[in-house]
Amino acid sequence: MASQIIESQSNLDKNKEIIRVESVYFSYDGPLILEDINLSINRADFLAIIGPNGSGKTTLLKIMVGLLKPQDGRVFLFGQEIEDFGDWYKVAYLQQNATHLESNFPITVEEVIISSLYASRAKKIKPAVWRKERVEQVLNLVGLAGYQKRLMTTLSGGQQQRVLIARALANEPEIMLLDEPTTGVDHKTQGAFYDLLGNLNYNYGLTIAVVTHDYGLVNKHINQVACLNRKLIYHGRHEEFCQSGAFKELLEGGHHLIMHQH
Amino acid sequence: MVSSILTSGFFWRAVLAGSFLAVACGLLGVFLILRQDSMISHGLSHVAFAGIALGLVLNFLPLIVSLIICGIGSIFILKLKQQARLPGDAALAILSSAGMALAIFLVSLRMNFGVELMGYLFGDILAISPVEVWLSIALALMVTVLILINYHQLLYMTFDRETALVAGVRVSSLDKILVILTAITVVLGLRIVGLLLVSALTVIPAASALLLARSFRQTLVLSSIFSLVSIVAGIILAYLLDLPASASIVFLSIAIFLTTLGGKKVAAGH
Repeated sequence: MASQIIESQSNLDKNKEIIRVESVYFSYDGPLILEDINLSINRADFLAIIGPNGSGKTTLLKIMVGLLKPQDGRVFLFGQEIEDFGDWYKVAYLQQNATHLESNFPITVEEVIISSLYASRAKKIKPAVWRKERVEQVLNLVGLAGYQKRLMTTLSGGQQQRVLIARALANEPEIMLLDEPTTGVDHKTQGAFYDLLGNLNYNYGLTIAVVTHDYGLVNKHINQVACLNRKLIYHGRHEEFCQSGAFKELLEGGHHLIMHQH
Repeated sequence: MVSSILTSGFFWRAVLAGSFLAVACGLLGVFLILRQDSMISHGLSHVAFAGIALGLVLNFLPLIVSLIICGIGSIFILKLKQQARLPGDAALAILSSAGMALAIFLVSLRMNFGVELMGYLFGDILAISPVEVWLSIALALMVTVLILINYHQLLYMTFDRETALVAGVRVSSLDKILVILTAITVVLGLRIVGLLLVSALTVIPAASALLLARSFRQTLVLSSIFSLVSIVAGIILAYLLDLPASASIVFLSIAIFLTTLGGKKVAAGH
């Protein structure tokens, strides 16, 4: 059933480039936030973007989804320059603090998901029966079967986060970009959340880029790391990163990285 | 008494125009509150009042002049809010003062329409003309239809603006549509409850619905029903008891609000 939503892993061309960032510079009328960033994300990659606070991680993510325009440099989505790109349903974006909900917003889980199915004009609206089925499928995928009629505001932070993932999946994205998705949820829930992302990446080939401080929780699922501090300090395979100087430097810098074993 | 109500043309006109406006206000109000834009209708009501005064000075259909002025004012509010040079409520305070000052200035040019202007200050639904009835119905229907057509996109962007933007929702067009619909609703409301109470129509029924509803769809339905009951029953009460309709409409909507608030407190207490 889930394979209807996302193509199965086997028939993916993993060399297909999903996002490419070329010589990107960015500042908010002041010092440079990002300097000469070059980065590419291929299909079925799971990329963790890490770095100290204020290192430009969120800015980079916003540039990749078109919410911010770089002063210089180019961004390509699915081989198209971002200005010409129109298939936004392929791109799922989960902003920072996405679960800081207005405490009296009366919206059900089902309404959160269904309203997103109407977002893009590029896709035809499917009949109501299809929409209900789709909601059921994606809620099963994130482990929230039967939550359709629940009010969002009555769910825990971790459950809300899962609903937002389900909403993203309902639109059959090819890439999901998440900005510190587990802020404010407990450690155990964070682990379960990254396991869910790992499962979506491993079993269904969903491409994922996540800005995170929880490197110790996410590292068992990822294959790529980008370490940012205004400039891109390191970008490459996760295994190589662990042996590189950049990793040691980060640890010595006292950042909240948890050592792990391979 | 009852038979005289049923045969009275102006009474039915008032009820008809009021009903269509009620539904438009009920739907719009939910979005305004959740977007934290409830004060926009208050600010725009002052701009609309200046438009009415201008129409009276020019001796040209005050309702139409007011619609145009209020439409321009609504886009101005949106720009101020987007540029974020000022907190939104400060921008609205400036705009409502400007609107009121303009209205007073225009009134001072020609003093002889004081009574007519009072009708717009305090509302005078039982004096609504047949042309105004049809215009109000058409515009209120347009507000309702536009909200329903864009229901899912409006809900998505109200709930989660940034994600909706990335997902391809035409957020800036919908922002414009929403303020212009607010402007239209405010001008229509001016005729019924008047400047001083017009924002009550968009805010109170929606606030009551938000207290009770168990889904967003339910919020819109309840808000429209509360608004409809307040306006229709308010007009009937006003007619029967010879009260000002604007006051009885707002009193009824406040009574509904207090009842839902009390009911909610009782329910939470157990």
